[in-house]
Amino acid sequence: MTTDTPETTASPIVRLRSVSKSYRRGGQIVPVLEEITFDIAQGEFLALMGPSGSGKSTLLNLIAGIDKVDSGAIFVGGVEITALSESELAIWRGLNVGFIFQFYNLIPVLTAFENVELPLLLTPLNRRERREHVEMALRVVGLADRMDHRPGQLSGGQQQRVAIARAVVTDPTLLVADEPTGDLDRRSAEEILHLLERLNRESGKSVIMVTHDPRAAEQARTVRHLEKGFLADAAS
Amino acid sequence: MIPISYSFRNLWTRRFTTFMTAGGMALVVFVFAAVLMLAEGLRKTLVETGSPDNVIVIRGSAGSEVQSGVERLQAAIVESQPEIALGANAQPLLAKELVVLYSLNKRGSDKPANVVIRGIGTQSLALRPQVRLVQGRMPSPGSSEIIAGSSIARRFKGGGIGETLRFGMRNWTVVGIFDGGSTGFDSEIWGDVDQLMQAFRRPVYSSVIFRLRDTALFHRFKNRIESDPRLNLDARPETKYYSDQSEAMATFLRILGLALTVIFSLGAMIGATITMYAAVANRVGEIGTLRAIGFQRRSILGAFLLEALFLGLLGGVVGLFLASFMQLLTISTMNWQTFSELAFSFTLTPGIALKSLLFSVVMGFIGGVIPAFRAARMNIVEALRES
Amino acid sequence: MLLLNIFVKNAFRHKLRTILTIVGITIAILAFGLLRTVVTAWYAGVEASSASRLVTRNAISLIFSLPISYREKLIRMPGVRQVSLANWFGGVYVTEKNFFPNFAIEPKSYLELYPEFVLEPAEKEAFLHDRKGAVAGRKLAQRFGWKVGDSIPLRGTIYPGTWLFVLRGIYRGAESSTDENQFFFQWDHLNESMLKSTPRRANQVGVYVLGLTNPNMAAEVSRTVDATFKNSLAETLTETEKAFQLSFIAMTEAIVVAIQIVSFVVIVIIMAVVANTMAMTARERIGEYAVFKTLGFSWWHIAGMIFGESFFITFAGCALGIALTFPVARSFGAQLSSFFPTFNVARETIYLDLAAAIVIGLVAGIFPAWRAVTIRIADGLRRIG
Repeated sequence: MTTDTPETTASPIVRLRSVSKSYRRGGQIVPVLEEITFDIAQGEFLALMGPSGSGKSTLLNLIAGIDKVDSGAIFVGGVEITALSESELAIWRGLNVGFIFQFYNLIPVLTAFENVELPLLLTPLNRRERREHVEMALRVVGLADRMDHRPGQLSGGQQQRVAIARAVVTDPTLLVADEPTGDLDRRSAEEILHLLERLNRESGKSVIMVTHDPRAAEQARTVRHLEKGFLADAAS
Repeated sequence: MIPISYSFRNLWTRRFTTFMTAGGMALVVFVFAAVLMLAEGLRKTLVETGSPDNVIVIRGSAGSEVQSGVERLQAAIVESQPEIALGANAQPLLAKELVVLYSLNKRGSDKPANVVIRGIGTQSLALRPQVRLVQGRMPSPGSSEIIAGSSIARRFKGGGIGETLRFGMRNWTVVGIFDGGSTGFDSEIWGDVDQLMQAFRRPVYSSVIFRLRDTALFHRFKNRIESDPRLNLDARPETKYYSDQSEAMATFLRILGLALTVIFSLGAMIGATITMYAAVANRVGEIGTLRAIGFQRRSILGAFLLEALFLGLLGGVVGLFLASFMQLLTISTMNWQTFSELAFSFTLTPGIALKSLLFSVVMGFIGGVIPAFRAARMNIVEALRES
Repeated sequence: MLLLNIFVKNAFRHKLRTILTIVGITIAILAFGLLRTVVTAWYAGVEASSASRLVTRNAISLIFSLPISYREKLIRMPGVRQVSLANWFGGVYVTEKNFFPNFAIEPKSYLELYPEFVLEPAEKEAFLHDRKGAVAGRKLAQRFGWKVGDSIPLRGTIYPGTWLFVLRGIYRGAESSTDENQFFFQWDHLNESMLKSTPRRANQVGVYVLGLTNPNMAAEVSRTVDATFKNSLAETLTETEKAFQLSFIAMTEAIVVAIQIVSFVVIVIIMAVVANTMAMTARERIGEYAVFKTLGFSWWHIAGMIFGESFFITFAGCALGIALTFPVARSFGAQLSSFFPTFNVARETIYLDLAAAIVIGLVAGIFPAWRAVTIRIADGLRRIG
């Protein structure tokens, strides 16, 4: 396991500065993340691990720009996303982040092709260009022959591969995955992890993955542990 | 933007719910359209019954021809006015008519209805270009012969050609059938005015009807007639006379229609709201995903509103389709103001079709707007957690 | 009972949906109640009319009159106890919008034949002795703020001129169905005026009202009356007051039928709304029903839960709707008093409301219950994930 100290990395893709986040639950304020500061290098494949409630998913959501910090700042690719407005953030997400979820989160009424096409609808690409991008993305995940299937007609592993195609189709710099193998059998899980590893290695995507499966974490280049809102191995 | 097919396919996926909701809306639109069609049918019948350049003269403050009485002398004075147009043989285009109500039994049900018997003069037919003799011949003057409107011939006992009716201690033979189009004349029986006056022992006419030489002359005529102390008569353009005749009926239809529409649309909008709320609740995860991918709040709002609008439009189209069949129906009822039978049919116009569709879309919009806002306002993280 | 607890709790799991549904049912029941009340009001004249009074009119139609000389012949006919007469006057008070029925009557015999019009003895005396006197119903007097002693002008539409009457009494109805919206004055007054102005229209009677010694003889007396005047200048048509009123209603039947159809359409619409709600609810809970089945509950427990919830919602809405029908009908009746002299919610309307609620509850529950009962446990459980 190679562990770079953040300060020495030339141009980190993600920089967190004193990020804190708490939730209100049943009238009580529960701190989730406290004063987190760290960087993630360009081209990194990072696995975030930790027990449930450790704040790893919250950290991922903050980096991906779907949740708001209480204090502190987050920079992704030089943009201070914590300073963006709601709708600027939406545009930013569409261009820079690819999401992969535990339960795939495909739209059940749309075909595999249409699901992958969705993020491209936010770009100025025309119909023909979109078609090329979608076909390419589906070829990358090996599902070019299942384009017209609905999610309900695909296995779990296949659905997750469609979700990965959807995440990479806009060619984002950052892929975020929240327990991507959590709902899959071992063989499918391995396929998915190989796919992520390949995307990281061959296409240079930075990947941040939350998982509690050590086998999944093994595929990552870096593993970091969160415990009770702190990076447990920040100093290591 | 989120593709339109997303909204449509979601409706199709929840077919049962979609059709139940759209079905409820269809019924509402059906009632809405039917009431408008009824009011339009009534209006059309009345407008077409009167001709704009015809004037009808009745006794002052008598609401209708039935209540009116015009003495022979008074009728003669009216006849001598210079505003009256002349017909082909230099005769004034004017008719002195008698109008009485006659209680006639319907074919089949034997239920009585009051129909108008009109005593006509030689010019009566010429004054009503919309009336055509379609069968038989005109009654010969001085005989106990009558002709019947096609609606009478079809629906009333003794109204068909060759049949006889008995009133005024005489038997009257139907020698002809006339078609009054969709006008009120279609529910009348016509006979020679002098014969009918004798039979009913009525020494006075009910009304005097004539064509104006020029419509602009009406006010001059009206002022002269109404200021003449010998007369006590009231002159009205025929079109106005007929719309006055059914003001009460038109008002009743309007109030009923309005009340029904308000009540029904409340129910349908509640239905649409429930459906759209459920649609949002079932798809919280999807909404979260779409937002995470980078779709704006307004895209989500648009997709759900579109779904609701389409739901409303579907109901509107189905309701209008059903309502269009109502055109085959004729409503016949007693006009409260004249106590006579009034028959009119449901009439669909492009305006009504447009209004109905607009109404259905508005219902869908109002039903969908709150749930759609709820969908758009949802917090991404919480929405994703629910998936 | 545990199940009761479950379906009340279930009903309020989606508070907003349940409240919207209840409001929907309330509106539907209210609309249904009002429409039925309109129909009832339409027939109110028939309900209030008596089967032991006969009405004799000209056989041609109502606009033709009968000679006053018939009166003597009628009173001498076997089975006839009393004869009165009335002319439809058709007078207008200030404007056409103020419509109310007004008649010229022979006061003494008329009030005897219509005991449901109740007058104070003093007011009755005053009316009988004043040629230009008139009486009005309580609701009518209230509507225009008339008091005894007021002068009331009516503009004649059938009998020309403006007629001035002095209000001598205000009658009230003996029963709630009695029409308190009518106006009566002396026939003699009308006749004397006509004798002076247009003698050919004098001595004419609109309708004769006959009181019978024995109500069972109605058919027989009618036949005798009409036979007597057969082939005369004015042939008569005699029928019971009820039949006479019904013949009026029959002429506007198309409208009544339309209102009746519409009142059922309301129920169908709300049925679609509630059935939809129950279907959605059941679909969401299909996993729970599977759990109940696994725990050993039988099909009727599950069907009971769904029907219980469906009935709970429907009856809540129905009860609210019925409660609202009364005040709303009262204000409606006040608005439409010129159309409908009496506008009371009939007991049958309430029964129909309840029947409608039962049908809605049943129809709404039946499809989801069938699905919940027939679904295989494994399928149901799978839906949870």
